[in-house]
Amino acid sequence: MFSGLELENYSMSLNTFKRLLAFAAGVLVTLPGLALAAGGEKNALNMPVGVTDVGRSIFDLHMIILWICVAIGALVFGVMFYSIIYHRKSRGVKPAQFHESTKVEIAWTVVPFLILITMAVPATSTLLDIYDFDDADMDVLVTGYQWKWKYEYLAEDGESVAFFSNLSTPQAEIYNTDGKNENYLLEVDEPLVIPVDTKVRFLVTANDVIHSWWVPELAVKKDAIPGFINETWTRANEIGTYRGQCAELCGKDHGFMPIVVEVVSKEDYAAWLGEKQEQAAKVKELMAQTFSLEELMARGKAVYERNCLACHGARGEGGVGTAIAGSPIATGELGGHLEIGINGVAGTAMQAFGGQLNDVDLAAVITYQRNAFGNNMGDLVQPIDVFNYKQG
Amino acid sequence: MGDHHHGPAKGLSRWLFTTNHKDIGTMYLWFSFAMFLLGGTFAMIIRAELFQPGMQLVEPAFFNQMTTLHGLVMVFGAIMPSFVGLANWLIPMMIGAPDMALPRLNNWSFWILPPAFLLLASTLFMEGGAPAAGWTFYAPLSTTYAGPSVTIFIFCIHILGVSSIMGSINIIATVMNMRAPGMSYMKMPLFVWTWLITAFLLVAVMPVLAGAVTMMLMDVHFGTSFFSAAGGGDPVLFQHIFWFFGHPEVYIIILPAFGVVSQIIPAFSRKPLFGYDSMVYATAAIAFLSFIVWAHHMYTVGMPVAGELFFMYATMLIAVPTGVKVFNWITTMWRGALTFETPMLFCIGFLVLFTIGGFTGLMLSIAPADFQYHDSYFVVAHFHYVMVAGAVFSMTAAVYFWLPKWCGKMYNETMGKTHFWISFIAFNVTFFPQHFVGLAGMPRRIPDYSLQFADFNMMSSIGAFVYGASQLLFLYNVIATIVAGKPVSDDKVWDGAEGLEWTVATPAPYHTFEVPPKIDPAHAHF
Repeated sequence: MFSGLELENYSMSLNTFKRLLAFAAGVLVTLPGLALAAGGEKNALNMPVGVTDVGRSIFDLHMIILWICVAIGALVFGVMFYSIIYHRKSRGVKPAQFHESTKVEIAWTVVPFLILITMAVPATSTLLDIYDFDDADMDVLVTGYQWKWKYEYLAEDGESVAFFSNLSTPQAEIYNTDGKNENYLLEVDEPLVIPVDTKVRFLVTANDVIHSWWVPELAVKKDAIPGFINETWTRANEIGTYRGQCAELCGKDHGFMPIVVEVVSKEDYAAWLGEKQEQAAKVKELMAQTFSLEELMARGKAVYERNCLACHGARGEGGVGTAIAGSPIATGELGGHLEIGINGVAGTAMQAFGGQLNDVDLAAVITYQRNAFGNNMGDLVQPIDVFNYKQG
Repeated sequence: MGDHHHGPAKGLSRWLFTTNHKDIGTMYLWFSFAMFLLGGTFAMIIRAELFQPGMQLVEPAFFNQMTTLHGLVMVFGAIMPSFVGLANWLIPMMIGAPDMALPRLNNWSFWILPPAFLLLASTLFMEGGAPAAGWTFYAPLSTTYAGPSVTIFIFCIHILGVSSIMGSINIIATVMNMRAPGMSYMKMPLFVWTWLITAFLLVAVMPVLAGAVTMMLMDVHFGTSFFSAAGGGDPVLFQHIFWFFGHPEVYIIILPAFGVVSQIIPAFSRKPLFGYDSMVYATAAIAFLSFIVWAHHMYTVGMPVAGELFFMYATMLIAVPTGVKVFNWITTMWRGALTFETPMLFCIGFLVLFTIGGFTGLMLSIAPADFQYHDSYFVVAHFHYVMVAGAVFSMTAAVYFWLPKWCGKMYNETMGKTHFWISFIAFNVTFFPQHFVGLAGMPRRIPDYSLQFADFNMMSSIGAFVYGASQLLFLYNVIATIVAGKPVSDDKVWDGAEGLEWTVATPAPYHTFEVPPKIDPAHAHF
């Protein structure tokens, strides 16, 4: 079971020990009649085993320690409750006056120490496994933003592929005006796609505050720290969709930046990557085009809802961010609006979207902000305007 | 002061200017209870929002303020001051001293607390709201990305630190200098021992916390970059400094609780503590280890593997002295003549639940497994088993145990036992399911959650409301006792209780041990 175990002899003693534990486990599990349902299912009681070898080792480690604790607990509480039942004054017992026993004291210091060593051995080997970042087949740069994830596929041939992954649960579901779907809060507009049976190395960092990238079924959790790059890896053994969440408090919408990973066959992955590269090429083409107000408004609305709504409100009424409706920026001179959209406002939650959105989306969303919410400026921004502004 | 026995002054000035350890102890205890209710109110708001999936009552930004203030108020306002209050009342009486060594300092260390918490609470009404980066306030969320309230928060932390350091110096000075002749160190009651060690921990780590918040202040207002990589700093540095304070802080909270339990279990077992010496050594060992395990709170920050291994092994070691303590308490009960008055019930509740918290602590110490547990509700469940069922239960036991000595009246036993059973059951209904949702993948500090966590969260919220309400029963029982409880006349309120505090009159006179007591040299320890 311990795929990561390198030390044969320890695995032997561990197996004997586990047989003993399995007995205790069998007794204890049947008592409360609990089947230990795994994570992901409704009302799960236990950690998911997951779909990676590391996840399997962690799960086994978790269960061994759990049952050791249960066994010690049964012993300790057993003695205590025996005492509570039989050594009570109301039964007329006379209290013994014994105290101090060096032998006993040594025993209950040494025995726990030995138990700890048996726990430390498999823990160490699993940890060394987790820290083996070598020989990855591919690299993905994961960047945490307030409050979304960016995935960038590194060192692939051809057009580079990078995209943001935003929560796709509608506000109406969150604010209870609509029924909640089964993947409520665990769904994104664009999942991370990785191939099965492939060692994928993740380089994890952040753009603003600390986030933490956690997918329980891949047994990966790594903090995303602004200015530093952490490494972690996974190798999924099964095709499927795996969901996780940001694990480190990162501000207002910490609870609303899920992670969805699609593990697909290697062929499907290659096809998907090809399609993404094509799309990237197409966006390049789009950048040279001129759009009508309607086209920009339609595209801009979608971009707004994904990127701006959380802070500026569904009707541009503001919130964490200032109001867009009637704002001096959205109804003022175009240059000022481009500046804030592209470069953000330092020291505030207003991010620099110049690096996050492509020029088409930026042009669309700025046009949208200037013409929606009663702003009615009538002017429109084309991708070329954004491009030129960026060039200075 | 000699022969004129002056009583307390009258009116407000008695409390403002008092240097009497009993008055100051009383103020600490009432203040901490008020903070317990305030922090509890924040918890009720958190649990009400989490009652069902979806946002119902509050906005996410306010939710974060609630989790942050709940943690800060409970740790710094409720638990820590409550044990300082207990120390004030009991340490002089336990070691046969007339008062604390530094009475004016004592007054000052209490009276700077209420303004600090008033300031902290006032940030709720500031533009941008109260601090919202969690009670661990990791940079840069708490610095570059924080609202204006962070400056006030930093000031509050400084005041709390000053108060704690002054209180600790006072306890150290008192224990070292004011013991009655014959009260050697190895005769002191364990409560005094645990507090002495706790005081050293406080003096060692509160300045570290002060350093951390000062660096934050510099980053926020004076253009430094301690915690910003853009200027050559490191956000993880903040976590190292914080947890170098934060881990000993955990033991600062729990060691006095160990002390309380070590006084009460022998009393209701009518049998001496099994291994007094080893209990003292175990306490010291835990205190030492608390300084070399801090990074087990940070297994996922990307430390080198050698660092992970060191902190994992060191953390696992804590199980040994902690085990020694639990085994000692149970062996003390073994073949005693047990009775189950309210203080004993709370101590048994402590024993069972704290041990469960210890087990989950051991699980969390295993670094690879922690990659799944970290920052999930499993951690929330773990530290509430230790903080609430550990520290708060033992504090409650202490109040029931010593209240008759303090006010000369007996509390209502039936009501006390009712309080225990409701607390015990409601606590477990609240926090046991949190192990499940945590293991299944629910992160902590989120205002809303996906549907598979709904049932356990609702259960948790119901438990929390009942637990919260049961504390009002406690408040009522204490007030009813003070106002109209049945008078107690025995010096030794409990037949099995040991220690000098049970040799003074009941209720304890305003001044005790103006003449040091005679200590029987044959007495092994108290």
